[in-house]
Amino acid sequence: MNDIKIITSSRIKERVAFFLLWIFSIFTAIILVLIVSDIIIKGAPHISLDFLLEEPRKMGKEGGVFSVIVSTIYIVVLSIIFAAPIGVAASVYLAEYAKESTMLNIIRFGTEALAGIPSIIYGLFGYSFFVFFLDLKYSILSGALTLTLMILPTIIKTSEEAIKAVPKSYREGSLALGATKLQTIRKIIIPDAIPGILTGLILGIGRVVGESAAVLYTAGSSLGIPDSIFRPGRTLSVHLYTLASEGISIENTYATAVILIALVFIINFSANTLINRIFIARRR
Amino acid sequence: MGSVKIRVKDTNLYYGNHHALKNINMDIYDKSVTALIGPSGCGKSTFLRCLNRMNDLIPNVRIDGEIQIAGNDINKYDVILLRKKVGMVFQKPNPFPMSIYENIAYGPRIHGTKNRSKLDNIVEKSLREAALWDEVKDRLKSNAMGLSGGQQQRLCIARTIAVEPEILLMDEPTSALDPASTMKIEDLMENLKKQYTVIIVTHNMQQAGRISDYAAFFLNGEIIEYDKTEKIFYKPMDKRTEDYITGRFG
Repeated sequence: MNDIKIITSSRIKERVAFFLLWIFSIFTAIILVLIVSDIIIKGAPHISLDFLLEEPRKMGKEGGVFSVIVSTIYIVVLSIIFAAPIGVAASVYLAEYAKESTMLNIIRFGTEALAGIPSIIYGLFGYSFFVFFLDLKYSILSGALTLTLMILPTIIKTSEEAIKAVPKSYREGSLALGATKLQTIRKIIIPDAIPGILTGLILGIGRVVGESAAVLYTAGSSLGIPDSIFRPGRTLSVHLYTLASEGISIENTYATAVILIALVFIINFSANTLINRIFIARRR
Repeated sequence: MGSVKIRVKDTNLYYGNHHALKNINMDIYDKSVTALIGPSGCGKSTFLRCLNRMNDLIPNVRIDGEIQIAGNDINKYDVILLRKKVGMVFQKPNPFPMSIYENIAYGPRIHGTKNRSKLDNIVEKSLREAALWDEVKDRLKSNAMGLSGGQQQRLCIARTIAVEPEILLMDEPTSALDPASTMKIEDLMENLKKQYTVIIVTHNMQQAGRISDYAAFFLNGEIIEYDKTEKIFYKPMDKRTEDYITGRFG
């Protein structure tokens, strides 16, 4: 009899645990659906081809968001061009070359601490260093450099983890064939770590697209199309912030939000596809 | 008895304070199979990894004494050339996550072979030598991870052969394989020793008996006995060797 009882009680615990876990995961999913659908319901009706292709008029009350989309893409692309090589190189160094030492621990601690600093602090630093000290003015370049600093820790951390997760047996196999460390890194480790590195880059892109404070301080909020990276521009997030906080137009705020979400989705999707094409397909 | 290919003189290895290999002296003969046997943790894999300097990768390892290959101290070799000359097959098959063709071509490529038809030849020749060609010739472009464990291990052998080594180190190459695959690899060894000096670590006594010409019995970091395999198996000099071979411990 006793045996039966014990089994029953652990069964019940199992059921309860499963139920709770299920509830919490459903809860998360519901929140996501609520947010996205709320924005789409309120914003989608105001989106048209004109809205995408027209420049804003009357501070964004009328017209579209073309120049804002262009500025956003500029900043995203430029930040990733700066951050990806630096971040990946640093993570390769940390994961493969650096010997355990106090210096290495300081670098690791620094990277982790930097990842936790509020973005407004990066904005302030970018404002005083890039905008004024280096005299880059409010510009796409100042914004991109500031955001590069902001997303580097995330990219380094994720890439380092991805590189460390490459099985030791691959390294040994390659080195035992007489490959140098660099050859092993370039041809075996990095290709295998690419999906993880990509995750870091996508997280970085997500933060760049979503950032408003740091961009407002460094790239400005000019509504024109920037004709070079030395000109100011306004990203979607900044535009959204301005439209909402200054009460310019609720319709256009939501419409901008829809485009912001769509842009993030498109960037993630195309980055995934692109990397799959280049790295994964070649290895089949 | 062939000529001496590898000469190990008074070699000691320490992991930090742990004395893992004690005063190893051993002549390994060319174009033969030498089996290293002994219980787990006795130092046989560690010894194997001395021969291609894979222990260099581990921090806190100190080695003294001298190991010569074809009369030259291995520490005087460029480690890249040494590892090209002394290939290694690991316990767990470790093909790279790329196509079968790319796995084999990897070694020759890093050593400078670019020519496509040359690479094609190397790939075919290596796969034939590793008795894998007939099974994979129609799917060279497919991912090596899709092969069975036994095929993967033969692929790793082919990959090692592709850089034209003189010595093959095998660290329990069949311990992760089923009996049928094990047999294929053992058959393969018969052919391999015609061209290469093969040194194999194994836990499987029957395997050591079947395939090796010489055998060395390791215990607690020392070589207790090293001789022709039939002698080690049928007329061991040391009581401990006999106990191990007959399964009294280990």
